[in-house]
Amino acid sequence: MTLAEAATAATYDNRAAFADELIERARADERVVAVCNDSVGSSNLVAFRQEFPDRLINVGIAEQNMVGVGAGLAAAGLIPFVCAAGPFLTGRALEQVKADVVYSAHNVILCGMSPGMAYGELGPTHHSVEDLSWLRALPGLDIVVPADRHQTRQAVRQAAADPRPTYIRVGRYKVPDVTAPGDRLERGRFQLAREGADVTLIGAGTLVSRTLAAADLLAADGIEARVLNAAYIAPLDVEAIRAAAQTGAIVTAEEANISGGLGAAVALTVAAQGGGPVVRTLGLSDFAPTGSTDMLLEYFGLTAPAIAAAAREALAV
Amino acid sequence: MRGSAVLVTDSQQVSAWRVVRDVVETGSPAERAAVLAEQSRLIRRSVLAMIGRAQAGHIGGDFSVTDVLATLYFGVLRIDPARPDAPVRDRFILSKGHCAASLYSTLAFSGYFDPAALDTFMGPHSPLNGHPNRVKVPGVETNTGPLGHGLPVAVGEALGARLLGHDSRVFVVCGDGEMQEGSNWEALMSAAHYRLANLTLVIDRNRLQQGDRTEETNALDPLADKLAAFGWEVREVDGHDHTALLAAFAPAAGTRPVAVIANTIKGRGVSFIEDRVEWHHKVPSPDQIALALKELA
Repeated sequence: MTLAEAATAATYDNRAAFADELIERARADERVVAVCNDSVGSSNLVAFRQEFPDRLINVGIAEQNMVGVGAGLAAAGLIPFVCAAGPFLTGRALEQVKADVVYSAHNVILCGMSPGMAYGELGPTHHSVEDLSWLRALPGLDIVVPADRHQTRQAVRQAAADPRPTYIRVGRYKVPDVTAPGDRLERGRFQLAREGADVTLIGAGTLVSRTLAAADLLAADGIEARVLNAAYIAPLDVEAIRAAAQTGAIVTAEEANISGGLGAAVALTVAAQGGGPVVRTLGLSDFAPTGSTDMLLEYFGLTAPAIAAAAREALAV
Repeated sequence: MRGSAVLVTDSQQVSAWRVVRDVVETGSPAERAAVLAEQSRLIRRSVLAMIGRAQAGHIGGDFSVTDVLATLYFGVLRIDPARPDAPVRDRFILSKGHCAASLYSTLAFSGYFDPAALDTFMGPHSPLNGHPNRVKVPGVETNTGPLGHGLPVAVGEALGARLLGHDSRVFVVCGDGEMQEGSNWEALMSAAHYRLANLTLVIDRNRLQQGDRTEETNALDPLADKLAAFGWEVREVDGHDHTALLAAFAPAAGTRPVAVIANTIKGRGVSFIEDRVEWHHKVPSPDQIALALKELA
């Protein structure tokens, strides 16, 4: 997508896609239930509750119990989608996520709502930028970061059909489509969003559209950037990363802390094989100051011009 | 996931378990008490041998919870150790997962796996880790070890059974020290809110935690009043009296979940281990094991 297109493109709320698909799954399979922490509204579960009042389990403001209850529901044979704002789901209940869900291999779908810096001015307590680092340390947990409404729906559909524990990051603010409804979300694979051999840009979630726009800026300078949509962060697409290492440089962009998320995973993979290009990882390296989401994305260099500039610098090394 | 379990049902042992179950179900009260006491004795001797071999374990808590485990598996739980994954079954969670040796012994004597595997307890690559792992050990419903995890999972299982229309009951054992964990009080509220009469919480009230007496650390009393105030039907019994435990594990009287405070003695069954804080996870010497086995003869 060009910058001009991005500026005028229609945008969509991933939470709406999430809610619609969850209701469809619940209609198709009576084992599908939702669990939340007083977040019926913010997790977009109002319509779900109306249609399936008994299958919406709201444990109140009690995240440790919420995740434990999710594990128990899965153990009983249900398919629970445990929904809460990202920081509280993954931070407050991290040990429950580790021991009760992932280590116990229970089929729980953890839904981190409103991740990244979606809560802007509410500040770092409400930002979920550590989730990818924390959760990537748990072997056996699938981590899905859908980039748009189509991928969000597919992520929900696939998680409902797959017995593995899964974490889905469900974006809050509207983003443009970067995939078509028919594009397949493949487990453990990055999606090729744009061909190019000079440099590789790897974006996750909310940053995929910005990364595509950065590729347009680079193209204007005669630099052809490959763009990868890292919808799955675990399992990691090692093959795509090794192929990216054949281009002149790699730039990753994520709405997350850089110590442990997508960028760290890519850099580790490139370094381990040796002889690779420069890898620049864009993301957060500090708690955010007060500001809107847009302001904060700019502050941390997560805009199309900043991503393009990082690519040019990396190529110049 | 259970497909990767290394341990499998021991049909001979399942038959032995059925014989004991039959006595508990059809025998006189005295016969019932006698066979459950015998199972408890065998479990304690097994725990002693396991900890002696592994040179690690939690003997005090293993011995305080033994009679509860023997009563549940040989007298109460509607289970079929030959079919550990049967969709409709009663569920048991040992939230105080550090007392794995007593759970493993109970599961093995119930036929979930060959008791010979108990010899590998905490050995290299043994499925019998220091804390139970459901992926490797049939009969284990969820992985425990960090405290304050079992009760929320049990609440989920009880809710799930209700949603699926199963008449399963869910039992969970927490240590009393473990009731200091905030997650348990979140779960206590939920269970009462959802009126989970199919859920029974057993608190192993041995009044000792790792470092000191519970009441000297972060007092739990009046525990029964607190549980009642949270909306639970509370039953308080001698946690070493099999007959009293059988009665306490009867279904809920009404719509509230049931909390059984099992008053126990940490290290129960071996005089020099009983009610001493230092025996939380101390390993007995060979001489002490010989002495203990005499007391458990």
